Amino acid sequence: MAKVLVVTSGKGGVGKTTSTAALGAALAQLGEKVVVVDFDVGLRNLDLVLGAERRVVFDLINVVQGVAKLSQALIRDKRLENLWLLPASQTRDKDALTDEGVGSIIADLRTKFDWILCDSPAGIERGAMLAMRYADEAVIVTNPEVSSVRDSDRIIGMLDSKTVRAEKGERVEKHILITRYDSARAARGEMLSIEDILEILATPLLGIIPESQDVLRASNVGSPVTLNNAASAPARAYIDAVRRLMGETVTMMVPVERKGLMNRLLGRRAA
Amino acid sequence: MMNLLRLIGGRAATAPVARERLQILLAHERGLRGQPELLELLRAEILAAVSRHVVLDPEKVVVRMERGKQVSTLEVDIEVPNSFERSFAAAS
Repeated sequence: MAKVLVVTSGKGGVGKTTSTAALGAALAQLGEKVVVVDFDVGLRNLDLVLGAERRVVFDLINVVQGVAKLSQALIRDKRLENLWLLPASQTRDKDALTDEGVGSIIADLRTKFDWILCDSPAGIERGAMLAMRYADEAVIVTNPEVSSVRDSDRIIGMLDSKTVRAEKGERVEKHILITRYDSARAARGEMLSIEDILEILATPLLGIIPESQDVLRASNVGSPVTLNNAASAPARAYIDAVRRLMGETVTMMVPVERKGLMNRLLGRRAA
Repeated sequence: MMNLLRLIGGRAATAPVARERLQILLAHERGLRGQPELLELLRAEILAAVSRHVVLDPEKVVVRMERGKQVSTLEVDIEVPNSFERSFAAAS
């Protein structure tokens, strides 16, 4: 049974696109057939993070409007044969997406893939609504920071009321993915702790992605971090998160980088 | 506790403040959810009731809810055209 999973947050810049790419790649690495769909019409970036920006010919809106067939718009990853991308349009405006159009594409994708990951735009407008509309599960990307937690709470409210599942009286299974987590700062009481965030949002935790240079390095070269450096702390955290999505029980821990700690110690001494 | 942390760390831990502010804010915002629909309903019904007697510009009917700690206030602001008084006087 195919699963539709929306990666959302409300707030911008918390790591939705990076996380969609990393989770999608990790699922594909574990043998699942995955499509990642970019819903950020006008500001697409999933193609860039996946290193497929020069291969985009047709997009989501072309398919919605019947200009192109779904098979023409899907781009297969060059490194992972199980991973596909359905890019967003860069030029047309968001109103070109319709509820019915998205519904029929999602229904079609369900017959072809194990996982359909929808990368939501920031905000709570049409694009974000349509990205979550047909979701079975949701990953709410949250930074340990007040504005991000507040926006996550708002998005959780929308997932519980505006999705097709909610309207049918069913539940969208929600997971919190904490990104850019700095355990040293949290230990010093400078950053909201994991416990604080989970208590406030009352939603189970999927994973903790540590703040790391590797995330930026991976997006610089257009490769999901789980593929670019599978041994790095954020990659291990994403792979653990994906195992949990697949139903495995994996002990929750914050992967740390020894190198990062050394740098931090040296940095503090120099300061 | 805060003072102790300040002595050890050289500055106060701000995370507890963040946590408390969020808890208060979100309790309030969760209560407001679904509120816009209620206000829209009230606005529509008030507009319908008043329109039976007075010709109104629907845009000039504003319904607002202010939440207080003990009580909340419902503010209804309806702009009535001056021609209304004349037609009312003529009718009576």
